[in-house]
Amino acid sequence: MSVLDLEHLAVDLPVEGRLRRVIHDVTLSIAQGEAVGVVGESGAGKSMTSRAVLRLLPHGATVEGEVRFEGRSVMAMDRTALRDYRLSDVAMIFQDPRAHINPVRTVGDFLVEALVERGDAKADALRVVTALLGVVGISDPQRRVKQYPHELSGGMLQRVMIASALAIEPKLLLADEPTTALDVTTQSDVMVSLDTQRRERGLAMLFVTHDLELAAAVCDRIAVMYAGFLVEDIPASQLHRGVQHPYTAGLLASRPSPTVRERRLFAIAGRPLSAYEVGDGCGFASRCAFANDRCRSERPALRVVGASRVACHRSEELSGQLSSHNIREATHD
Amino acid sequence: MTENVPALEVIGLRKEYRVRGAGSTTAVASSGSALLGHPSKRRAPTSLVAVDDVSFTVAQGRSLAVVGESGSGKTTVARMIVGLERPTGGQVVVGGRQRSWNQMGSRERRRRAREVQIVFQDPYSSLDPRMTIRACLDEVLRLHFDWPSERIDARIEELLDQVGLDRRQADGLPRSLSGGQRQRVAIARALASEPRVLICDEAVASLDVSIQAQVLNLLSDIREATGVSYLFISHDLAVVRQVSDDIVVMRRGQMVESGPTEQILTQPGDPYTQRLLAAIPRPGWHPTSSHDSGPEQTPSTESS
Repeated sequence: MSVLDLEHLAVDLPVEGRLRRVIHDVTLSIAQGEAVGVVGESGAGKSMTSRAVLRLLPHGATVEGEVRFEGRSVMAMDRTALRDYRLSDVAMIFQDPRAHINPVRTVGDFLVEALVERGDAKADALRVVTALLGVVGISDPQRRVKQYPHELSGGMLQRVMIASALAIEPKLLLADEPTTALDVTTQSDVMVSLDTQRRERGLAMLFVTHDLELAAAVCDRIAVMYAGFLVEDIPASQLHRGVQHPYTAGLLASRPSPTVRERRLFAIAGRPLSAYEVGDGCGFASRCAFANDRCRSERPALRVVGASRVACHRSEELSGQLSSHNIREATHD
Repeated sequence: MTENVPALEVIGLRKEYRVRGAGSTTAVASSGSALLGHPSKRRAPTSLVAVDDVSFTVAQGRSLAVVGESGSGKTTVARMIVGLERPTGGQVVVGGRQRSWNQMGSRERRRRAREVQIVFQDPYSSLDPRMTIRACLDEVLRLHFDWPSERIDARIEELLDQVGLDRRQADGLPRSLSGGQRQRVAIARALASEPRVLICDEAVASLDVSIQAQVLNLLSDIREATGVSYLFISHDLAVVRQVSDDIVVMRRGQMVESGPTEQILTQPGDPYTQRLLAAIPRPGWHPTSSHDSGPEQTPSTESS
């Protein structure tokens, strides 16, 4: 059974008194113990998707479609149910730990907050979280719980955030660019902690990132978003064998490689569009090298192709043409 | 100046900052404790060495990258070369002429600005929000060159062309432009004074992947067309491989390794460079723990 189901999720936010679409259509399920990476560029709607899961949307936002946690509608929850859901079932790891951890309280106070709120005795809670700090790779946890956030580095503080997420023993982890602000070596360390703990505990995870390769390394599936649409949902193992959407292919090809110097980088023309800017057709049509008249006028639905789901009219025709090598070659001519 | 003179030479560059009580965790300010009569708790000023004996050379038309993580001192090196920080020791030589940090007149400052220009990381804070793109370029050109208006206008068109901006964008304010377009403006503005060396301080780090690729291609086109030399300050070894001929790897203020990009990234000699390379996500990559978790580093604001 799936832990999380998003069914035709659409979100509008009020901007200057009018509603503006930020998510058009996202249908996505995460099974127990499964990790799904939500990948895309700025404005794709990936962070808003993770916030919709928590029903943590800006004031005045309207939501269509459904968010279900273990079959229960999150949108229909009353205050008490929503509070319990956020306190016990799902935990969020944010991008900037310094902005989400109270700077004037100790690390220990921050960590026990949810447990004490839930009714645990403070001393017991402190024992639990101190042990957890050790688990996520922080040395000398006894000393760390008495320190303040400013005494810890960014990498350490992100581990504290991970420990706080694990402390409530949730079923679902939401991680929104958890390592984007960190150095690469620190990112690698933090991802080891997150990945190991998630697997050991059999947690489901929604991992939001702009980095396809990072997502592929720690997720079972990759969901690629563009301009508020889910355009492709592909097993991580297939990422370098058979992507079906020209946008996914373009993203893969335009990232420079640390091991090979390209004569010239592949670049997707134009800039990433925001959800409210797209017309009637495929959201990616204006930047797609393969777009035809149908793409510009008729919006492609998400459909199953092989082991993936893809929203592209031409994915069968294009199969075999979307490898990074082919895409790059095509641009050199 | 002859072709043989390097565009930029940095010799034994050093920067120390005076800091109060580094490493201490007590929250008592030194002045306060002195007033309270605890002179023993007063923390003596110590110095923090941000850059320690850094030397490299960029030949005319070549591209050198200084790479490292936050706190490595790479941005401080860039700021000293441009003249935004005064080095504690060492020399910066541009086009054979040594830079001084003495008081100088505006004429001298303008001359120096024609030697080295810089493009910063954040295109949202580096442009005047009330100035159209055209006015922004116009200002730089009038400041540096005593040209008639027609020539200035022609040069503006040329610069806009070079960075791929159209006229409609040129007449707009920065707020009507995306991050990638703003970074193109920043590049055009830097090129306007025809510098010998263009420093790119994490200039593509905040851009989306698809836009990053466009700007990297643009930068290599510009080098081909103008022969400008590049100094790239970056944490991203994949970007660096694409745009640099040579690399200097920095860690905690010191150079740990330097050499041709291809060699350093294919066969890194220093364990730190090896760790940096191994940590980049790529096809088939899995995160590994690098643990040499030494003493906790003081949290610093993000470099650059």
